[in-house]
Amino acid sequence: MTLQEYTASAHNFEECMKCTICTAYCPVVPVNPRYPGPKQAGPDGERLRLKDPYFFNKALKYCLNCKRCEVVCPSGVKVADIIQAARIKYDRSKPKIRDRMLAGTDFMGTLARPFAPIVNGMTGLGATKAVLDATLAIDRHRTFPKYSAHGFEGWLKRHAREQAKFERQVAYFHGCYVNYNFPQLGKDLVKVLNALGVGVQLLEGEKCCGVAMISNGMTREATRHAQHNVSVLQKAVDKGLTVVTTSSTCTFTIRDEYPELLKVDNAGVRDALVLATRYIYQALESGAATLRFREDYHARIAYHTPCHLEKLGWGLFSQELLKMIPGVEFILLDSNCCGIAGTYGFKKENYEASQAIGKPLFDQVEAVNPDFIACDCETCKWQLEMSTGYTVKHPISILAEALA
Amino acid sequence: MRFDTVIIGGGLAGLTAGITLQEAGRKTVIVSAGQNALHFFSGTFESTEAERERITEFFVRAGIPVHFQDGQRLMPAGTFRPAALSLEDVTLFPQTPVSSKALIVNFSGFHDFFTAFLAEGLEKNGTTCRICTLDLPEMEHLRLSPSEMRSVNIARVMDSCWEKAVADIRVMHKDEDLILLPQVFGLKDASIPGKILAALPARAAFIGTMPPSVPGIRTQMQLKRRYEILGGTFLMGDEVTSAAIHDGVVSSITTRNLDTSRIFGEYFILASGGYFSKGLAATPVQVVEPLFRLDVAFEEDRNGWYRQDFFADQPYMDFGVKTDADLHAVKDGQPLKNLFAVGSILGGTRPDFGSAAGLALRTAFAAADAITTSKPQE
Repeated sequence: MTLQEYTASAHNFEECMKCTICTAYCPVVPVNPRYPGPKQAGPDGERLRLKDPYFFNKALKYCLNCKRCEVVCPSGVKVADIIQAARIKYDRSKPKIRDRMLAGTDFMGTLARPFAPIVNGMTGLGATKAVLDATLAIDRHRTFPKYSAHGFEGWLKRHAREQAKFERQVAYFHGCYVNYNFPQLGKDLVKVLNALGVGVQLLEGEKCCGVAMISNGMTREATRHAQHNVSVLQKAVDKGLTVVTTSSTCTFTIRDEYPELLKVDNAGVRDALVLATRYIYQALESGAATLRFREDYHARIAYHTPCHLEKLGWGLFSQELLKMIPGVEFILLDSNCCGIAGTYGFKKENYEASQAIGKPLFDQVEAVNPDFIACDCETCKWQLEMSTGYTVKHPISILAEALA
Repeated sequence: MRFDTVIIGGGLAGLTAGITLQEAGRKTVIVSAGQNALHFFSGTFESTEAERERITEFFVRAGIPVHFQDGQRLMPAGTFRPAALSLEDVTLFPQTPVSSKALIVNFSGFHDFFTAFLAEGLEKNGTTCRICTLDLPEMEHLRLSPSEMRSVNIARVMDSCWEKAVADIRVMHKDEDLILLPQVFGLKDASIPGKILAALPARAAFIGTMPPSVPGIRTQMQLKRRYEILGGTFLMGDEVTSAAIHDGVVSSITTRNLDTSRIFGEYFILASGGYFSKGLAATPVQVVEPLFRLDVAFEEDRNGWYRQDFFADQPYMDFGVKTDADLHAVKDGQPLKNLFAVGSILGGTRPDFGSAAGLALRTAFAAADAITTSKPQE
């Protein structure tokens, strides 16, 4: 038994050297002076909270959980995990109805989808936006993601037989966005993977990854989703399947937030879950397959790395794939948060901060003036499209449209 | 993934090697476990005459104006140190006393700039000092979190309203021939410090604050941007977990984030820094290089690692990874053929003379040159 075993803390706060580098890179600190910054909210505050929960500070809710503090920390302290774990442990306030609605992405999707044309029409109306703003404090500037009348799951089920013909198979964790809002991304993935000789199948009943529940204080619900998803993923792993994803945040949540914040053991499935861009890059690199691209494809693409992809460290796979396409002029945008942070930017009280956080990124996009933006995250897409006017495409969709 | 050169460490040494190799058309990757010692950078490299032109041009290409000027740099406690190559906003003085009267300006509530120490030190050298504080309404909101009234937060505000600070200082200024300000200007825009120096009614200098260093962060951001524009791959927040070595040659590494996707390289550069950056680690009985388990030169007797006098030269600062004359790192007594060790991991730097930056630059250039001039391996 070493001394370290007695003194070690969750998320290693005692290794903080107080260098303040995290605070220098926190996107919230410059725009919200009520937020004490990651060093104060994380390791410094933890020292006090361990003495007495009285020292829990409600201002911790301003943390975006973007994890940029962890990416820059020279000492490997899990700063954002300390902050989020403290919110889970000490915050006794109940989530509002608005927060429950925003966080319940698959519940809301299930309700809305059968009435998609009506719902889309309604949420697009200025009057509806004003009502949502006044009653639920969902900011009127926001455009709600459109619901798709036909879900991705149904589409893939209808194509299950032809997908089963491929010798090599992967399972796909599509997430709420692909199923309820944008099935085309899932179809694009199927097209690209099929071109590589790989068939795509559904998991046996995935649920929302729960990221929005975690950030809205619905820990119990999030934990139930996590346990369910781990068991569903385990079934795929037991069949020897790799599970691909297209959402960087779902991937990050299942791999890292489940064990770190929800204490749900994912050891059996963690390594089997990969972003499709990584899976495709590796397939091409190993020489197991090739992709043929159109000769007439031309695009000037500005790539934005989402915060959670930056934390995963897998941005290079998306970047390298885009660079492989002949006729692509690739521009890597500077590492900046877009400000939306999932449901954070939808809340009226955060709207201004959200836009201020994203401003350096919006300004750079405007200066670069690309044909469109590439990005692996659905909420970054909404934010960038609303705030810059440029179209945002997922790297997988770009590959699909560039295929010969 | 395969690269010509894999660089471990994203500080000044790693970025200098990476940029130099990318400029020579090589494909490189930098793996960086968090941010680095540039965040504690004073703005001055070291007193050196060597490679002046090359170093100046290197920084100018990255949009970082530097100047060579032999002289004395004024330290935060009012003492002087010799310096030469510096960022443009570091004022160097030819001799002491530097002035007869100095105006020291601080921001109200900013505790990381010690005006009383500065004044005391200067007065020992014959300079009369007057201390004034600035209060700008634009900075009021920073007071909501008084513990976070820090250099970077002030610099963000100053990026947009430095002209108001200058106007206030002009009012405060009487007959002083020197104005001293904390180094909190030009976080994103490197031209601001120069504009301030030009707009003030007397000679002025920016004095270092407690970390993080504003000119250091600016330098880091500009070098990283330059590296990425040249096509380099920067893996921020990742760390190397293992290395494969066969017959004295490093073939690949793994990282925490990329786990099973090995990174292969023809050459490897270890720029993982000193003790703070964990390039070197001290156990109770030895000093080790944790990644490749390279040979480290250190004093066997632990009692000889440090001296009682805190301000004396500390022997542990001299410990570092062993290399041959061409900077090939040595493992088990044999130099590894394609692994170069550069920067603070070599030891022997003296923080009080800023020589860590000079060592980083010089050794990074040497390793990059060795790689670009050598024949491809079989």
